[in-house]
Amino acid sequence: MLAVTDLVVRYGQTTALHGVSFAVNRGEVVALVGPNGAGKTTALKAIVGLVTPASGSIEFDGATIVKHKPENLLRRGISLVPEGRHIFASLTVVENLALGAATRADRRAAKKDVAAFLDRFPALGRRRRSQAGKLSGGEQQQLAIARALIAQPELLMLDEPSLGLAPLVVDQIFGVVSELRDAGTTVLLVEQNATRAVELADRSYVLRTGEIVLEGDSQTVLNHEDFLASYLGVAAGAPGAPVASGVPAASGEVTA
Amino acid sequence: MNGFLQGVVDALALGSLYAIFALGIALIFSVLKMINFAHSELVTIGAFVLILLADVPLIIRILILVVVVVGAAVLMERVAFRPVRGAGQTTMLITSFAVSYLLQNAAILIFGPDLRSGSVWSVLNESFMLGPVRILNLNALTIVLTLVLLVALTLFLRKTSIGLQMRAAAEDFTTARLVGVKANRIIAVAFGISGLLAAIASFLLTAQTGVVTNTIGVQVVLMAFVATILGGMGSLSGAVIGAFVLGAVSVILQQLLPLELRPFRDAFLFAAVFVVLVVRPGGLIVTRASRARV
Repeated sequence: MLAVTDLVVRYGQTTALHGVSFAVNRGEVVALVGPNGAGKTTALKAIVGLVTPASGSIEFDGATIVKHKPENLLRRGISLVPEGRHIFASLTVVENLALGAATRADRRAAKKDVAAFLDRFPALGRRRRSQAGKLSGGEQQQLAIARALIAQPELLMLDEPSLGLAPLVVDQIFGVVSELRDAGTTVLLVEQNATRAVELADRSYVLRTGEIVLEGDSQTVLNHEDFLASYLGVAAGAPGAPVASGVPAASGEVTA
Repeated sequence: MNGFLQGVVDALALGSLYAIFALGIALIFSVLKMINFAHSELVTIGAFVLILLADVPLIIRILILVVVVVGAAVLMERVAFRPVRGAGQTTMLITSFAVSYLLQNAAILIFGPDLRSGSVWSVLNESFMLGPVRILNLNALTIVLTLVLLVALTLFLRKTSIGLQMRAAAEDFTTARLVGVKANRIIAVAFGISGLLAAIASFLLTAQTGVVTNTIGVQVVLMAFVATILGGMGSLSGAVIGAFVLGAVSVILQQLLPLELRPFRDAFLFAAVFVVLVVRPGGLIVTRASRARV
């Protein structure tokens, strides 16, 4: 469904991504993990059109989406929950959800869904008229995810959903993601909390200093000696050299 | 007591006029984080329409006024500001200066440097008694129009989908785009509304002065800038509060200052604003968006 090939992104003189390739197939949960500064968020920003790649291709459902505006990508079915949640603090919970639903063609169904989401996330339902800025971190993250889901995306991308949350709340958020997986939602999960993300995902990519250093299904990645090395910052061979042999790189593979 | 009541009415009228100007500026600032110095030229364009078409029936003149000024505002955004939107705030600010000077000088080229005068609507210069207070019709209209505009704008922002999107864009434009808010549309609508506010403001201003020059908008819009900064950049309610505070202080100074100091009223006014900003650098109302930027 999503195919990123040889993606290069530069910020001025600095190259953030040196030719990164990864893919997400329909119905999969794919984790993109790596230490701070590896380029995970940059990859997501390139997909949603917030940064323009220097080279490489990004295809969604077989069509290129490079240079598309962020607001149009949502209409094509890609929804990003940005790092740091970015809920609209001065708007109420209901207004945040209504914004998420604003792109839906069927207004009445969208309105129904706002109510449905308030039931599905009871913490939000209880505080529907509160300003979103007054919610706790975990509630804000739930709101950010709900706001993205209510647009009915085909692909949901989560950027560091567990960042800055208490361990119990992190459990809740991962619980929400695994519910999404069980419901068949296609998810691209970017996390620093690598082990949990990889355990949850069908397939994973490990990104380090702008390059994919490891990819494969969860067991393969978890058991690979480079997985830990990536996190400890130990250079295990030349960058990009060892690629796990689990699943072939799915970059060319696109499901219609 | 009568003098006091008269002063209150004068302060409300002056504050209302400033508020309409200030809202137009604050609205653009809230979504674009740009101070539109060319807002004053929208007012000038409106004033020219009213004076040059003095023979046209009032209703038709008002219609033309609204169409021309709103059109000019939207065109200004499309031609001048949209191409430089990605280039950063400083570039946009300087672009707004450029547009402002360009239009001021274009007005001299087209209409000449001389002051032109004309009557907008003579009824407005008459007055009526409300109890002991004499109220100029124009002042009454200004206060009523401002109230109506405030209510209408509040309803628009609170109750409509595009108003909701505008509030979201004002808080965090990037995230607003991620949830599907169309940047071009929201900004165009914001300019359209600021054009409408400028049209109304130019009507009230021209009705009061009866003259138009190429810089008629500048003086009042300068006051409106001060009001928005006093109220807190980016906050619409702040802009309105700032405008009324400025109007009130101005009237108080006018009445309390010794006669020989009255020509320097604005110096005292701005000194007072200066003191407020030293105590509250963010203005009277500090928004989340402006805090995040600093």
